[in-house]
Amino acid sequence: MTEQRVSYTLDSTLETVNSAEETATKIASEAGFDEEEVMKIAMAVREAAVNAVLHGNAYDPGKKVIVNFERNTRDLVITIRDQGKGMDMSKIPDPLAPENLLKTSGRGIFLIRSFMDEVEISPSQTGTEIKLTKHVHGPAAGGKEASQ
Amino acid sequence: MSMKTSTRQVDGVTIVDCSGRITLGEGSVILRDTVRDLLSKGNKKILLNLGDVNYIDSSGIGELVSAFTAVKNQGGELKLLNLTKKVHDLLQITKLYTVFDVKDDEASAVKAFAK
Repeated sequence: MTEQRVSYTLDSTLETVNSAEETATKIASEAGFDEEEVMKIAMAVREAAVNAVLHGNAYDPGKKVIVNFERNTRDLVITIRDQGKGMDMSKIPDPLAPENLLKTSGRGIFLIRSFMDEVEISPSQTGTEIKLTKHVHGPAAGGKEASQ
Repeated sequence: MSMKTSTRQVDGVTIVDCSGRITLGEGSVILRDTVRDLLSKGNKKILLNLGDVNYIDSSGIGELVSAFTAVKNQGGELKLLNLTKKVHDLLQITKLYTVFDVKDDEASAVKAFAK
């Protein structure tokens, strides 16, 4: 698998969410992930894009969402950055706590962490960046096993 | 594929056949409007058939929870039928599988509603 890096600057709309998900599906498939892994990667990207559009940029037409896809022999790395006020990580409740099970929101970050191998969230006053990493295994790594 | 719903009545239970994606935006709104409409008409025994729902995101999960709570708050019951593996797995990891009453056979699901 050759190295590939693509970047998109997108509006703060629902179309961006769908576009990011579709692109993630395509790139993850091309990287050789199986159907279930592709679904998980695409869903993690979708959830991150929803956070960027809804909670980060709050649908502000003047703010953009920047999505980077980078793949190499070891990893698929997706970075999604918004231009909002920054996420307060301490205010994200545990969606599995009994008192939160019937809440209608607050599961996005949990699902992202469940589906990706590594997740780094970097909030700042000029926006939040979330870096999602999925390790490439088996044939997808050009016939070589990815380093563990 | 966007979400579609159609409803039918079986022995006093409203079965909502759902297909497509329940995601942020249209899919979630359609499910919300469908359940609200049923409740407003006094239909409080609702069986959501998710057999043709091939995708659901966190907003869709939230909408299922919202529907469950709305029906329960009006003294009704909402059950889920025919989960696909994807939806089943999502409800498992979010610990909602034990919150919802999940069925895999329509006839027994209908019988399971209180008379």
